[in-house]
Amino acid sequence: MDPVISEPVMSEPVTSEPVISVRGGTAALGSRPVLRGIDLTVNRGEVVALLGANGSGKSTAVRSVIGQVPLTGGGISLFGTELRRFRDWGRVGYVPQRTTAASGVPATVREVVTSGRLSRKRFGWLSRADRAAVERSIELVGLADRARDSVAALSGGQHQRVLIARALAADPELLIMDEPMAGIDLASQEILASTLREQVAGGATVLLVMHELGPLEPLIDRAVVLRDGCVVHDGPPPKAVGQHALPGHDHVHPHAAGEPLRTGLLT
Amino acid sequence: MQRALIAAVLVGITAPAVGIYLVQRRQALMGDGIGHVAMTGVGLGFLMSTNPVWMATLVSVVGAVAMELIRAYGRTRGDIALALLFYGGMAGGVLLMNMAGGSNANLLSYLFGSLSTVSEEDVTAIVLLAAFVVAVTVGLRRQLFAVSQDEEFARVTGLPVRALNLLIAVTAAVTVTVAMRVVGLLLVSALMVVPVAAAQQLTRSFRVTFVLAVVIGTGVTLSGTIITYYQDVPPGATIVLLAIGVFVVLTALAAPLARRRARVAAVAGAGSGGPGEGGDGCDVAVPSTRRSGDDVTA
Repeated sequence: MDPVISEPVMSEPVTSEPVISVRGGTAALGSRPVLRGIDLTVNRGEVVALLGANGSGKSTAVRSVIGQVPLTGGGISLFGTELRRFRDWGRVGYVPQRTTAASGVPATVREVVTSGRLSRKRFGWLSRADRAAVERSIELVGLADRARDSVAALSGGQHQRVLIARALAADPELLIMDEPMAGIDLASQEILASTLREQVAGGATVLLVMHELGPLEPLIDRAVVLRDGCVVHDGPPPKAVGQHALPGHDHVHPHAAGEPLRTGLLT
Repeated sequence: MQRALIAAVLVGITAPAVGIYLVQRRQALMGDGIGHVAMTGVGLGFLMSTNPVWMATLVSVVGAVAMELIRAYGRTRGDIALALLFYGGMAGGVLLMNMAGGSNANLLSYLFGSLSTVSEEDVTAIVLLAAFVVAVTVGLRRQLFAVSQDEEFARVTGLPVRALNLLIAVTAAVTVTVAMRVVGLLLVSALMVVPVAAAQQLTRSFRVTFVLAVVIGTGVTLSGTIITYYQDVPPGATIVLLAIGVFVVLTALAAPLARRRARVAAVAGAGSGGPGEGGDGCDVAVPSTRRSGDDVTA
């Protein structure tokens, strides 16, 4: 398999600009405030997980990053460009939260994945490079033998793999995935994890929205936890077993009064 | 007869070509709504003694754009706004036609189609409009496919989604007026939807569905027109019933075909050792899937 090591370092001068920068972002759905001033920075090459319970605002946060939910306050930049003026969508691969890749008319895996190339070239004919990129990303998610099948005939995990292949088809530098692991089988989870590993090894920047860390945990550099539209944690991924798993915990605990910082990161 | 055949073929091509995108967006009945609105255009055309085809085009384009805007921006009351538009369009058409002194026969010819009254002028209009529809639906098929498949994703690719949505609406409106003289405004939508529905009983890809739907559309409009030449039956109704007949036949064929495909896929899956899908492949697929799943290093 050919890992897409797509030149993540651009020919333009390398800047220290973060890939994603949300500053004091507020947003509302209807009259209900969903984001209450969040700050979120994702630097080049980082894998950041956006965690939180249902209704914490994590989906709204990523959808505002890709311009699908307008902010009511604050600002967002992508690759150092204000979102309003950002046009370079070929650098962003988006995997929406979907249970299906199908629509009202049959479409093959290859046809759906090919639509991902549109962010590189919006109009005009498909080039050989386009076709090669499509085949490569289908292969990357392990669906090469299903490329000619209708997406309607696929399992839930395979649907998710199609959506990820569609995002990868444009060789993006930034991958934004909304709940990629939700409700998919173990085999697909493993393929997704290895696909993501290859992308990260190739220098991709990743923002993942997740309910829980799950099998992707070893890949994640940093976790941002949202609750009620506010960031309540920004740092190393919280361990599933909490502070009790940290070495030295036994010595700290009896004297915990003086060490309030060692506990309660998530509370 | 020649004029009728030209008009019929063009309708058979254009209606499914636009209809496939409407079906893909699950807006199969949009053509019906546009048909209602186009009625007002026909009435206006009569009242102002211009060619009803052009007037209907103008009014249905305005109506279709209004529908698209209601769909895109409207929230909870969107369906009621659409209902007002549909029935207002139909009622306005009937009233205007009456004011213009049009007969009931005139009205019926637009509602249900009347091939024998297609004029030279109508054919010119139909040819020009059909050329526009084919240019859009074939030339922009990748873009329209992406927008109709997953609108949110299409927006994130940077496509001008709003413009493309409006283009689909306008193209659908143009198609309605192309088809108006042949199948009539009340049955236009059937020709946009039924060939697509029939084709997708057998197909797995968008491309083949598109081609097959156009073939079915052309087939039923041609044969319907020829039947009306020999038998005194209304063309629109004949064409639509033929299309539904094709749908029924293809649906009956679909089940055995799917079974055969599953068998072939199972054999192929077993041969390559890959995860086989479908009934017979399970013996092979389950153990290999299980194993890779258990190896997950969480």
